Formats: sequence, structure tokens, C-alpha cells
Amino acid sequence: MQPEMNRGAEARYAAALSEGRFLIQRCNDCTAHVFYPRELCPNCHGTSLAWVEARGTGSVYSVTTVRRKPEAGGDYNVSLVELDEGVRMLSCVEGIPPSEVRIGLRVVARIADHGGKRVVFEPAERAK
Amino acid sequence: MNLRDLRGSVAIVGAGTAGIGEAPGYTDIELLALAAKAAVEDAGLAMRDIDGLATANLNAAMWPLNVVEYLKLRPKFVEGTNLGGSAFVAHMLPAMLALSAGVCDAVLVCYGSTQRTSGRREKLQARTLLDPFPFEAPYEPFNPPSSYALIAARHMHQYGTTRRQLAEVAVAARGWARLNPEAFARDPLTIDDVLAARMVSDPLTVRDCCLVTDGAAAFVMTRSDRAKHLAKEPVLLLGTATAAWHRQISGMDDLTVTPTLESGARAFSMAGLAPQDIDVVQLYDAFTINTIVFLEDLGFCAKGEGGRFVENGAIAPRGRLPVNTNGGGLSCVHPNMYGAFAVVEAVRQLRGECGERQVRGAVTALVHGNGGVAASSQSTSVLALAEAL
Repeated sequence: MQPEMNRGAEARYAAALSEGRFLIQRCNDCTAHVFYPRELCPNCHGTSLAWVEARGTGSVYSVTTVRRKPEAGGDYNVSLVELDEGVRMLSCVEGIPPSEVRIGLRVVARIADHGGKRVVFEPAERAK
Repeated sequence: MNLRDLRGSVAIVGAGTAGIGEAPGYTDIELLALAAKAAVEDAGLAMRDIDGLATANLNAAMWPLNVVEYLKLRPKFVEGTNLGGSAFVAHMLPAMLALSAGVCDAVLVCYGSTQRTSGRREKLQARTLLDPFPFEAPYEPFNPPSSYALIAARHMHQYGTTRRQLAEVAVAARGWARLNPEAFARDPLTIDDVLAARMVSDPLTVRDCCLVTDGAAAFVMTRSDRAKHLAKEPVLLLGTATAAWHRQISGMDDLTVTPTLESGARAFSMAGLAPQDIDVVQLYDAFTINTIVFLEDLGFCAKGEGGRFVENGAIAPRGRLPVNTNGGGLSCVHPNMYGAFAVVEAVRQLRGECGERQVRGAVTALVHGNGGVAASSQSTSVLALAEAL
């Protein structure tokens, strides 16, 4: 996949997401995966970052339930998910009650509409 | 020049606060000015003696200029780095360097905020607009509580830390606040009260979170040779260091290890002291988990042992180690950024000005500032009376 050179990594990530694709970066110099998308690899500071399809699998690294009044939409999950590529992203786990999301839970990504596209996760078991 | 050569070369010679709790009808800079005046007078100086300024505010991009104008200062040294609430502890290093190099002779470090009484929702929205977090914001973490909740959840997972141990921190802070007439929250508080309080972002209840108050704090630094001739006993700066590792929670390698590991080690190294040499400890307790993690990262206990360390009132009045003797951010004062208040309390303890909450015979103190929504920047200073050298 050729990176477009006429805009920054953040815009390219968003453009792919809006087309229904979850891309992360992989450094051509040190081979580390990178998220969130950057112009420089945070590990080796090289500028040759390739876009790759995220496998979309990972596990919950930490978890919280944000409490919200029922009339405002109720409680919701916020999770720090570690992708199997080794990078972490803040996201949420949907499809099970927030109280049931545990550290270590295996999850898979999907792209959801939420006033704009975003990557969310659901339990791997449920997704089978 | 070695940093160790600057050990004890500068001192805090004045400290003051204003408007702690609720100050309706006041602005940030009005409270700041009142605290600045109190600190300068406490030092036995006049505002015209101030030729260095260090300050920060979350709402203004060029805040030092607002302060320069309001106080009609003509500073030869201006420091406005904003690393979040740790800022005023972080300001000690550049202030020390400037004083030691003869750039200036008296630095005023000052802060004021009316967060509680002046429309914080609108200010938060404005800050979000100016400094967006496109990879976190779509998930609506309720920050800062949610990021520290993720840290707490991970600490519980890795080390078996319990909500009851978190609650110990809040109860200890309240115990100290009950001895401090200046503290905002002084009602009795039990562990069961904390556990039963409204959950904000699991596992943190509202009682695991700092207060939202108004308040201002300021202190004055000079070279130690000059400090000897001023009004109060100088509080020497033996060591100081800042470490900054990330901005967002996803930028942390291990959620249970903060940049405190680095700032603490460097500050202790400069001071030539170790945790067991410290008589009184002021830690930035934005959340109960902070106190536990900072005690570990500073070396007061091993990593993972913080929960057990604080049990049975160990950091409360009459406990093993006096921590946050003003009541901290949890029970004394927390107007957006708390760092300067922690410094003022350390100074007052070393001078023996703390009445009922005075730690008897305290000659060394540690002040630790936390900044950012995810323990992002950490600043540690070691302070002492001359007799401790």
C-alpha cells in the first residue's frame, strides 16, 4: 500500500477508516508496529512507515466503566486494548455489559458509526 | 558544574495561600495576586524585590505575561512551562539554575484558580477544541478520572491491590484535613464511606477523586546565602528533578510505573538522601491510586506493595509515615493544578507552623508533583532545614 504524500498520517488514517478499513503503521526500518499513526517511528525515528491492515485481534489491557446517568445514555466501557501487533489503543468493548469486560478478555475489532467512524471491539467468543 | 554542587544552594524563603475552598466573585489572577503578596511578605521581601517569575495556568497560553502585568513585575527570568499540575514543582529546577547563575535574585512561583466557582464546563470544552485527542476522544473517557481508573484497574490486576486499600488513602488524607483549618473537606470519612460513594469511573468513586476547589498558592526562592538574612528559617532545596514520558494513557509502557521512577531517583541522587531519610511527604494525590503508585516509584516501598503499605492508617495522622499532611488534593484543596499547594505545606511543616497537624521534629520533606491526565509528567523535590545537612 503506497502512502499518499500530500497529507499527514492522521488524515490518512481517518480517510481509510471512513472507507471502512482499520489501518495501522509498520516501520520499514525497525519493523515495529506503530499506533497512533505518526510521521516518525517512535522507536527508531525513521520516516519510512508503511500502512498495513490491522489484524483486528487483541486483548483488553485495562478497563474502566464510565458512569453516566441512564437518561444521558447510561454507563459505558472504556478499554485500553493491546492489539496482537503489540500496540495499544484506547477504545471500547461493545456487545457485553460494561461490568463484564475484564482485563485479558480476547477481543476483535470492527468499525462502528458513532458520529463518525471509530474502531470498537467485541468479545472474540461472541464474534465467532 | 555538577548538579550535586547546587545541592542546598537555593532556598524557599516565603510561602502563602489565598482563597482555598470557595472564592466566589474572584478571578484566577486575583487569587494568585493575594497568594503572591502573602508569600513575598512571609519572606520579609517586597514585591519590587521579585525579579524572577515562574507560573502556569491551564486557561491562558501566555499566562506569565498576565502575571507580569498584574503584579507590575520587571522579571529578568520568566518560566512558564506547563506540564500540568506538577508545574510548580517542575519550576524549581529552572529557578534554581537561574538563581545560581546570577540571572536573578528572587523568584516568585505562583498559581491561582477559581475552578470551582467559575464555569469549568465551558473552559474544558474550549481546551478540548484547542488541544484535541483524536485517538482518545471518540471513546469519551471521562478524564482525568478514567485514565487514572485504567491505571488503578491494572495495578489491582497485577498486584492484587484492593478498593479498600485505595480507600485507605482517602481516609488518611481526610484525617489530616480534619487537623487543618485551611482544608476544604473536613467531615469525618470512613473506608466504608469511600467504598459506598458514587462510582465515577470504576474502580474510582467520587471519594477516590480529588476535590474541585478554588485556591491560590505561591512561594519565593532565593540563593541560600541571601536566605539567611530574611524573615523566616530558609527551607533548602537539596534535590529536584522532572521526568516526562507521555501525554495520553496509551503512551504508557506499564500503567503501574510512572515517570516518578526517574524524577524521584534523580532528585534523591542530587540530594544525597534516600526515602528513609524523609520526615514528611507531600504527594500529588489527584486520585487515591496516585499516592500508592508514587510511594512505590519513589522507593518508600517495593513496586506492587503500595496498597499494603498504606493499610491500617499507615499514612494517616499517628501512622508510620506522614503523607499529605494538609489533607492533599483529596481533602484540602485542588483547583485544577495542585503542585504549588504541596510545596507550601512542605515549607510550613519544616518551619513548624502546622499546629495540630505538625509532624514533630521534621527536618526533611519530599514534595512530588503529578501532571497530565495520565501521570504524564512527574517532578520531585527534596527540601530540608540547614540542620539536616
